[in-house]
Amino acid sequence: MGPFMSPFNNLLCMLLGISFTVWFTLLLVFIIVPAIFGLSFGIRSLYMKMLLKVFKWATVRMERGAKEKNHLLYKPYSLNGIIAKEPTSLEEELKEIRRNGSSQDLDGSASLTTGPSPSSSEFEMSDTFYFCRRGIESIVDDEVTKRFTAEELDSWNLLTRSNYNFNHISTRLTVLWGLGVVIRYGFLLPLRLTLAITGVSLLVVFTTMIGFLPNGRVKNFLSEKVHLMCYRICVRALTAIITYHHSENKPKNGGICVANHTSPIDIIILASDGCYAMVGQIHGGLMGLIQKSMVKACPHIWFERSEVKDRHLVAKRLSDHVKDKSKLPILIFPEGTCINNTSVMMFKKGSFEIGSTVYPVAIKYDPRFGDAFWNSSKFGMVNYLLRMMSSWAIVCSVWYLPPMSRQEGEDAVQFANRVKAAIARQGGLVDLLWDGGLKRGKVKDTFKEEQQKLYSKILVGTQEDRSRS
Amino acid sequence: MGSTSSTLLKIPNVEVLMQETGFSPAHIIRLHDRFKALDKEGRGHLCPQDFGAIKELAMNPIGDRIIGAFFSPGKETVDFHTFVKILAHFRPVDKDRPKEPNSPEPINSRSNKLKFAFQLYDQDKDGKISRDELLKVLRSMLGMQVTEEQLESIADRTIQEADLDRDEAISFEEFRKSLEKVNIDHKMSIRFLR
Repeated sequence: MGPFMSPFNNLLCMLLGISFTVWFTLLLVFIIVPAIFGLSFGIRSLYMKMLLKVFKWATVRMERGAKEKNHLLYKPYSLNGIIAKEPTSLEEELKEIRRNGSSQDLDGSASLTTGPSPSSSEFEMSDTFYFCRRGIESIVDDEVTKRFTAEELDSWNLLTRSNYNFNHISTRLTVLWGLGVVIRYGFLLPLRLTLAITGVSLLVVFTTMIGFLPNGRVKNFLSEKVHLMCYRICVRALTAIITYHHSENKPKNGGICVANHTSPIDIIILASDGCYAMVGQIHGGLMGLIQKSMVKACPHIWFERSEVKDRHLVAKRLSDHVKDKSKLPILIFPEGTCINNTSVMMFKKGSFEIGSTVYPVAIKYDPRFGDAFWNSSKFGMVNYLLRMMSSWAIVCSVWYLPPMSRQEGEDAVQFANRVKAAIARQGGLVDLLWDGGLKRGKVKDTFKEEQQKLYSKILVGTQEDRSRS
Repeated sequence: MGSTSSTLLKIPNVEVLMQETGFSPAHIIRLHDRFKALDKEGRGHLCPQDFGAIKELAMNPIGDRIIGAFFSPGKETVDFHTFVKILAHFRPVDKDRPKEPNSPEPINSRSNKLKFAFQLYDQDKDGKISRDELLKVLRSMLGMQVTEEQLESIADRTIQEADLDRDEAISFEEFRKSLEKVNIDHKMSIRFLR
């Protein structure tokens, strides 16, 4: 110690102080201020283009490396899967089988049929072939299990979590990957964490402050601005590059906004472009704190855990909300759970029974930059957020679709399916009949009954035809 | 995870498996991935519950029987080899395979496909489909949609048509004969991509 160290210490402190100041100023100027005003410098799109170039280079090198070593590059599942499934229905198949079988009688040889004419649809032992084949097909590759695992990619995005060809990496690629890790965990992650903390704390503080104002136009205006600003900061905290299409169809007051669900980030993405009333269960901890302060500034719909089971209560609160035209549109995810963004699963009909205008929104993530799907059975929330913040970026497109309402003679389920089909078509997702609840629950027996009904109609139905003719 | 050759090396006796079943290395790898995906607890073998978790199979009227076909009598688990061998029944018939007189019949021959279908009916494995067994299959496929009488009349008619030696049961030969004109290759085959 002594006089020698002091100036050195001072110098160190000064340097640290300066770097912090510079750091925060940059943050403020380039990220927070634009977020407040909803502007953008275009840094993120530049970043995205650069990343794409790097990924392409990495994939090419990997393929070259594989060819040199004469190995087969493991190509992940294409959307078609491992087998070619023929989409013939039960009826078509059975007709075909019978047509082949009945030609035996036309020969006149070894006539085994004594009863009904050969062209009738009676039970044949070969009928089991159809069910057997479908069963084996589903063992080899089924639609549902695919939807609940993350989508597999054709090119590599320098994240080991999505690479199956790790052996083929040359030294150059390994260096690049290492650099990527350093950048992502050393630079991007701390930056994003800072932003996230800033965004969330600003949200809590400002909404609580606004809560003290009397209800009125000023309060609503300020609440809107505060919500948008904080969500925009959060968007930058994830480096989410979002393209909004058809903003003229944005949801209006008194309506319900319906979207497909891939991850909790969906909420941030939608709420940074418009103000919505959120619906959900009250949680404890940090989440609960955020929820409680949000509701001070503008009316969101939070339910206690006990109230969630009561469908009538839920429906009543939702419809009361939409009737009040001064309140914001409700944001709902009818799938009920996170799907991996290659398809849209069955929409629960609850939100479609309320009878107000529905504004469908399709969200499609670009998987090349980072997989946004939250596999809640594999990763917890914190783990998930960490992965999100250490990915390169989250790139997605949001399409606002024209509003739809329930038509005459249409019940809630049909309306829900119509909306679902529109969302699937716009987002380029597969429209599936299956229930998102299948992620965890068992198949209801009604599905098996449907198959049995269909088959019996073919058999027994034709008996009635014959008795008529 | 790794290159194809290293994955193949991890599977024991993979050469023999490819030889017996006729699957290409790429197919074996895909099937191995599928096996691992179904084996959620990572035990290295599958049990009936793992199959039962496949939703489309649970909704199949004869799903239980198909699952049963994977498990030999008395065994509660199926390993990867057996898994692949059973699935090999559904490979399309190799049309240009030379007929060597001493080589064993390929698993995906027409005859073996028929045997697979036969065992779906013949649950007690006595080599014959009894009236009872036929009724059980019909009940699975039709559920509660038809009456007992309708089922019985269908069963009786089927046995009458196929039972040539009049022993009130359908043997494998009678089964085969009644399905002579059916395009087994098409109906009991799955097209494996790539």
